[in-house]
Amino acid sequence: MATEKKKTSQVVKYNKWGYIFLIPFVVVYLIFQMIPLISTIYNSFFENYMSGLKQIGPTWVGLQNYITIFQNGDVPKYFGNTMVMWIAGFIPQIVLSLLLAAWFADTRLRVKASGFFKTVIYMPNLIMASAFAMLFFTLFSETGPINSLLIQMGMIDTPYKFLSHVVSARSLVAFMNCLMWFGNTTILLMAGMMGIDNALFEAAQVDGATSTQVFFRITLPLLRPILLFVMITSLIGGLQMFDVPQILTNGEGTPMRQSMTMIMYLNKHLFSKNYGMAGAMSVFLFIITGILSLIVFKFSTSESND
Amino acid sequence: MKKKLLSSLLSVAMVSALLVGCGSTAAPAAEAPAAEAPAAEAPAAEAPAADAAATDAAAPAADEGKVLNIYCWNEEFKSRLTDHYPGYEEVDATHGKIGDVDVVWTITPSDDNAYQNKLDEVLPGNADAAADDRVDLFLVEADYALKYVDEDVTLPVADLGITDADVANQYQYTKDIVTDSTGKLKGVSWQGCPGVLIYNREAAKEVLGSDDPDKVQEAVKDWDTFLATAKKMKDAGYKMTATANDTYRVFSDNAGKVVENGAIKVDDTIKKWVDMSKEMVDAGETGTGDLWGDDWSAGFYPEGKVFCYFGPAWLIDFCMAADDEASIAHAGGWGATTGPQGFSWGGTWICAANGTDNASLVGDIMKKLTCTTDIMLDIVKADNDFVNDKPAMEQMAADTSYGDAVLGGQNALAMFCAGAEKIDRSNMTIYDQGYTESFQQAMKEYFEGNATYEEALDLFYTSVTEKYPELTY
Repeated sequence: MATEKKKTSQVVKYNKWGYIFLIPFVVVYLIFQMIPLISTIYNSFFENYMSGLKQIGPTWVGLQNYITIFQNGDVPKYFGNTMVMWIAGFIPQIVLSLLLAAWFADTRLRVKASGFFKTVIYMPNLIMASAFAMLFFTLFSETGPINSLLIQMGMIDTPYKFLSHVVSARSLVAFMNCLMWFGNTTILLMAGMMGIDNALFEAAQVDGATSTQVFFRITLPLLRPILLFVMITSLIGGLQMFDVPQILTNGEGTPMRQSMTMIMYLNKHLFSKNYGMAGAMSVFLFIITGILSLIVFKFSTSESND
Repeated sequence: MKKKLLSSLLSVAMVSALLVGCGSTAAPAAEAPAAEAPAAEAPAAEAPAADAAATDAAAPAADEGKVLNIYCWNEEFKSRLTDHYPGYEEVDATHGKIGDVDVVWTITPSDDNAYQNKLDEVLPGNADAAADDRVDLFLVEADYALKYVDEDVTLPVADLGITDADVANQYQYTKDIVTDSTGKLKGVSWQGCPGVLIYNREAAKEVLGSDDPDKVQEAVKDWDTFLATAKKMKDAGYKMTATANDTYRVFSDNAGKVVENGAIKVDDTIKKWVDMSKEMVDAGETGTGDLWGDDWSAGFYPEGKVFCYFGPAWLIDFCMAADDEASIAHAGGWGATTGPQGFSWGGTWICAANGTDNASLVGDIMKKLTCTTDIMLDIVKADNDFVNDKPAMEQMAADTSYGDAVLGGQNALAMFCAGAEKIDRSNMTIYDQGYTESFQQAMKEYFEGNATYEEALDLFYTSVTEKYPELTY
């Protein structure tokens, strides 16, 4: 009895260290996440902005800010833009990554200098998104090198305004996102593939399966949890797409705001320091990302239970 | 026991690491009073010495702080101060010295509204900031001058010792822009910004047969002839203007208020600009690039093939790449003529920030640079700026020995003088800048065929109300 009591107090004593070690995270979380989050939600119920140097508000307006951003069609439109550009970038990205990951992970193929290639494909991700966007902005401007190249090759007569056409502007954004992130995705998928038991591949080989069959019947099904993880994290990143289209289109989302993403719209409220509208927009984004994160969480925990 | 010691050591290390992390923000705040105390004492101790030096330097000052903070968005004013203010010594790119006072430049580019954001952040609490951190002098542009002038963040120039007599020679419009709603003058400018049509002499010779300003004026005397000339230019392989936005100021400057009673207005004059520009863009006579962009500045070089720009003196000498040997400006290949319509564009005003601890020095800078005829004439001769001194400019305009190298030695001052007299900027609002940017951006969509005029107008209204949520349309 006495010894048992001593044991529990010992456990409690050790548990204490666990809590102490958690302090840094909790403190940082509270200061940099929780407080801003709550104040954003609180601010979204007020009319509060600057007109010149004059502060207007804060006046309590209830849900008016939310009603405004949905009613004037802003949120649906920019949500649509964001999704279109994300999907257009994500599909080629995942195809490319799967292919590369399969090659790199395949023990029979023995790709030479794979370390080198892995580094190279990861490179674009190391460049600042804004620098990358600036580069493309210059490349594809009306008087830029791509246009003069095309003209000299005789393919077009007058410079093509890449950023003034919906398809080309959105494609450029999608292409850049794809280029920046496919290396990262490849590394993730490769890790997933290496985790698959080699015995399965060998068994398939013994049974005479072709590499296509191996890929679709063994690799893909077993890669599902990683694939889902990659997809959801990319979706969350995609929803917050900002720097590339912002710099590429000078913050205007040309043409006709058809390449304007939700965060770019949020950024538009910076001019008048419109805490209310920007808050409402942020809360909406927070809810969507929250739901998506829940899906990831649920899926990954149920997987481990299997 | 050993384990316990180790774990407590570890946790102490971790918690202290955490606190150190916080320290980067918390510690200076805690130490600040201690660090500031000697700093606060220092000026007191050194004050007599500084005063003595100041009187030596002829800058009369018992109220002088040790640091003069200047906020601006480009190098223009800095070069004016360096070259023309007696006693200014340059230390490095962002520091200088006037007598014993350190001059600190805070240069924030205007892009993305960064400069105004900076001002908005510091000006309201300026009077309460530490003496050496206070903004003393800042510059504003015409488009948003009222935003600062009509608030008490700027000091009336009368408080700085500048009298009505001092500014009597300045053009009236330069005073109108920086006069607040109670009639107090709150800033001064050394330049006047009447605009002219700046044409490419090479193109004029080739297409119009002469580069004589009077002959060229014949070909651009009103908008109809301007359009006819644009066709000729197009046939000869030249763009009439680099972008549609080049002509915007000529129209907007002659239009009414952009906002009346809280409602956004698109004046008929501006609608005329839209119609004309659409026609020109469709005919390939002009482009749709943004002002200040690469497509716009390409015309500063011969291979850019642009016939004309519209702008005031600061554009000619400060923006047209005259330093670059390949540019037309370097070769003196531009000419100036009145153009279809008089207008003004931009301009820089010097304002004193409320809370300045260098009031008399700021007042002196204003007086020297904007009210002293000799210094202003030097600015004209050295930098070809058009200065804000009516009698002096009229005298220079008649001076045949003066000529602007960028304009191939042409003396365009008479044109500027005539233009400056006619400028009326009483229509300014605090919304002009946001309005102009949004309007040009939205109309670009119309010009490029991505939207009808009505759709573009809707985009414009959306964009303006995002910037100024209190406006209606």
